[in-house]
Amino acid sequence: MSTVPIKHPENTIEWHLPSKRRVGMSALITGESAIFTIFVVAYVFYIGKSLTGPTPAQVLEVPILSTICLLSSSLTIRRAEKAIEDERVASFTLWLAATIALAAAFLTETALEWKKLIFHDGLTISTNLFGTTFYSLVGLHATHVVVGLFLLTTTLLFSLFGWVDSRHSDRFGVIALYWHFVDAVWVVVFTVVYLIGR
Amino acid sequence: MSDYSLPVSAVIDPGTAASERGTFLERLHEWVVTVDHKRLGILYILYSTLFLLVAGAEALFIRLQLAYPHSHILSARVFNRFFTMHGTTMVFLVGMPFLFGFANYIVPLQIGARDMAFPRLNAFSFWLTAFGGLLLYYSFLGGAGLYGMGNAPDVGWFAYAPLTAKSFSPGHATDYWALALIVSGFGTLGTAINIVATVISMRCKGMTLMRMPLFTWLLLVVSMLTLVTITPLTAAQFMLLIDRYLGGHFFDTQAGGSSLVWIHFFWIFGHPEVYVLVLPAFAIANEIIPVFCRKAIFGYPAMVAASVAIMFVSLSVWAHHMFTVGMTSVSNAFFTLSTMLVGVPTGIKIFNWIATLWGGRIRFTTPMLFCIGFLFQFLIAGLTGIMLSVSPWDWQLHNSYFVIAHFHYVLVGAIVFCIFGGLYYWYPKATGHLMSETLGKWHFWLFAIGFHITFDTMHFLGLLGMPRSIYTYQPDRGWNFLNLVVSVGGLIQGIAVLLFAYNFIVSYWRGEVAGDDPWDAWTLEWATSSPPPPYNFEVLPEVHSRRPLWDAKHPDDPDWEYES
Amino acid sequence: MQMVPTRHLVRLGTAAALSLLAASNFAQSDSPSTLAPASTPAHQIFDLSVVVVAITGTIFLIVGGLLAIALYRFRTRKSDPVTEPAQIYGSTQIELAWTVIPLLIVVVLFLTTARVIFAIQDAPRPKSALDVTVIGHQFWWEFRYPKYGVVTANELHIPVSSGSVSEPTFLKLTSADVNHSFWVPRLAGKTDLIANHVNSMWMDPQKPGLYLGQCAQFCGSQHAMMLLRVYVDSPEQFDRWITAQQQPAPQDPAAAEGKRVFETQACINCHTVSGTAATGRFGPDLTHLMSRVTLASGAMDNTPANLRQWIKSPDTFKNGALMPAMQLSDRQLDEVTAYLETLK
Repeated sequence: MSTVPIKHPENTIEWHLPSKRRVGMSALITGESAIFTIFVVAYVFYIGKSLTGPTPAQVLEVPILSTICLLSSSLTIRRAEKAIEDERVASFTLWLAATIALAAAFLTETALEWKKLIFHDGLTISTNLFGTTFYSLVGLHATHVVVGLFLLTTTLLFSLFGWVDSRHSDRFGVIALYWHFVDAVWVVVFTVVYLIGR
Repeated sequence: MSDYSLPVSAVIDPGTAASERGTFLERLHEWVVTVDHKRLGILYILYSTLFLLVAGAEALFIRLQLAYPHSHILSARVFNRFFTMHGTTMVFLVGMPFLFGFANYIVPLQIGARDMAFPRLNAFSFWLTAFGGLLLYYSFLGGAGLYGMGNAPDVGWFAYAPLTAKSFSPGHATDYWALALIVSGFGTLGTAINIVATVISMRCKGMTLMRMPLFTWLLLVVSMLTLVTITPLTAAQFMLLIDRYLGGHFFDTQAGGSSLVWIHFFWIFGHPEVYVLVLPAFAIANEIIPVFCRKAIFGYPAMVAASVAIMFVSLSVWAHHMFTVGMTSVSNAFFTLSTMLVGVPTGIKIFNWIATLWGGRIRFTTPMLFCIGFLFQFLIAGLTGIMLSVSPWDWQLHNSYFVIAHFHYVLVGAIVFCIFGGLYYWYPKATGHLMSETLGKWHFWLFAIGFHITFDTMHFLGLLGMPRSIYTYQPDRGWNFLNLVVSVGGLIQGIAVLLFAYNFIVSYWRGEVAGDDPWDAWTLEWATSSPPPPYNFEVLPEVHSRRPLWDAKHPDDPDWEYES
Repeated sequence: MQMVPTRHLVRLGTAAALSLLAASNFAQSDSPSTLAPASTPAHQIFDLSVVVVAITGTIFLIVGGLLAIALYRFRTRKSDPVTEPAQIYGSTQIELAWTVIPLLIVVVLFLTTARVIFAIQDAPRPKSALDVTVIGHQFWWEFRYPKYGVVTANELHIPVSSGSVSEPTFLKLTSADVNHSFWVPRLAGKTDLIANHVNSMWMDPQKPGLYLGQCAQFCGSQHAMMLLRVYVDSPEQFDRWITAQQQPAPQDPAAAEGKRVFETQACINCHTVSGTAATGRFGPDLTHLMSRVTLASGAMDNTPANLRQWIKSPDTFKNGALMPAMQLSDRQLDEVTAYLETLK
């Protein structure tokens, strides 16, 4: 039992703390950035060091279209965020669907690129240093896109069932934060793999 | 007069009769599915204590083997597994879980919250960590490879490539190492995210960042550091598995890959990792020392600044583990400088603790004794660290018993001492009973004496040229007697830890009843019952200073009149 | 409670006793002690370490002393008042002082250290230096003398370098498999052997004699038995040794049977005996095996009995060594041992 005097004052202090979901997602993004940094460092360190096999210049084509798709999806998801904050659910659903379509396009083009590299150019993860570092870095990014796609599609389904409204805007904002991170990583990967490394 | 509130500490529905608590299976089920930070904290601590005993036994076998030259207690292969498992277990299954266990239990209480930000993530993270540990130990049974009999990882806890390549480590020993740590690493990441979100977003009214208890501050810093510390190891371990199973070449010297890439990545993890382990020790000391010398911590803002400084600078020193790999003289000089610099904020903390003691009224209870041991030993450990930062001297001392002595001085002399101190200090809060002071003092003195016999001596073995990771040594090198002394100290420490285990278990039933605030302390966890109710506080508190209970107990002289 | 003085005594006593022990231990001349330098890099490191110990020792005495004084002076006494002591929250001047002073100490220590880093690592190589290439293997050392065309294993012979005769040895180090580290404490700090990566180090031992060392980077099951013996020879001794090593293997007709066993039982897949068909490089060069004092990189003395047992079953001495048991009959063992005994 406490012997300390107790009082229950009214709200005397303004007390606003950041949203725990955003903080949590930012923390996750920090950790993931560290993982990506390590794979990028490995990629950069091993540029030009392969002893055999196809080189980037020989087999890589700059994926302009898929990059435009992915970066545009950051814009569409921003529109979706705004829409759900203002309770415009139909607009939200449309912009969300657009984001998903663009992400799917990105993944499709990545898959086609890999098909060409593996079957036409003979480049696999075990071919040489370029193959190892390329597939692991780009693959790690693609995995994160897939996870994002899963999150977005689930949200779309919920929205189609009418279960999403402006009360969920903070939660959706967190998913959008993750998605922006995935896009930012692509900017780095694209620069390192297709511009610098080629 | 104050117009703040502190919560009623009485539980709303006190005293559940034994018959109401359900069968043993029901209670067990409750613990397995719990998302309560207090229970998860206790689970983490029980888990770590178990593995402390296991890894401690591994150490005792190592010392038994090395007590005499050309011993046959452990064969070369078994010895190599034992030292690998001892190191890996102590870092990942003892150190990290103990510290996250403390964080889990105490941080929400200290910030006046009802639970962590993400309770289910909390539970998931614990079980991931736990499963990772079990996976690691399953390797003793399931790691069978070329050698036929099940085997545990035997590549050193640092697992340098290319020793870990399939060609040099056939079988699955290395895979268990990588996979177990990847799994528990995700658990660690989850907990770190949780702690950051909890501390930033769930503090009670009035608790600005600069009014948080230093324990909570340091755990925030540790969690932020963990985010960028454990992840490089996870990345490197994925690379290792890609090499071993998908034909990758990250560390394949035949294909142009480099062992140095592994070494850099490992120590980019490995060095900040030791700060992840030691900062919570500081956190514990920051709570215990002021209470048992009856003074506020000296220089709170500087302590915060020093901790944040350590977090940043510790990311720049990793290659002091690599002074002998053949970096340029300029690189060696850079890492010498950065390592010496990280000693400055660390040293400042020691000065602040001494200044806290100065002018106080010191009570030598068991938790305080352990913290005093910590202060002396951490001072010495820091100074031997400075010796090792002098890269030319490190060219002699690297990979020798001097390094083992130094890092055990930190890991045992600082961290384990603080963990013991923290356990004695918060055990009454968690269980409602005090641990035995008499047994505690026996534990402390035996452990301290054994610690010094072992680890003081070990420095000399390194100076005399004995390298680490060797299952035996030649009798004509002048190392025989010192090795025997080191081993004897190990046995004494083992006895001390058994005493502790007995005290830990028996005090739950036979310890003196503690009450809410047995130590007359000043942070919020002491404002609720022992043990706290599941909801922590009946009414969430509102605070106006760093020591809300000091303010409550000294309404005529509250802290907020003095804090800047 | 007089706890503090007791603990202090315990600590001081331990430290004193151990220093005496350490001193008595390194009196043994073979002991690979860093405290008995015999070559310039080792000397420079030792001298630097003395400075470092002086600085850190002073810090220890001051800070440790203050801590001990605080614990003694401010322990709770029965005569203490019931109220709490004065609460001191900080002092900007004191905190500034104890930030600036350590920073200054760091500057001094760093500059002192940097000088030695450059002196050792970037020391110019004199023309008279002897070059040796060291290649690490699991669990033995390969030594190549490029200028002389000599290849040997495990026991390194280098000339003394003193006074008028300055002939330091410059080593190039790399590995054929995993990471190793070359450490002979009395002669120099250690340097790692890493595949695809050539490191260099140097030493100039000033007194002839035997200097012991061993591998210092965990390299697998028998890392502990990858020992080093460095024989520092007088110039004449060294010339004699190197000339002998340059000769092809002696051809003793009495050992012809054994030589045949050697050549037909797959030994030549791994070993070289110069002047014969054996040109394998996976294992040590055996051309002058009998010029070595030990076998298996220091694992046992070089005696006929040990050699025979090693060939019969390497696991007897070094469980995990990569040499397989050759499954020879007793007679083959006797013959091949007799043959190897002729490789002086």
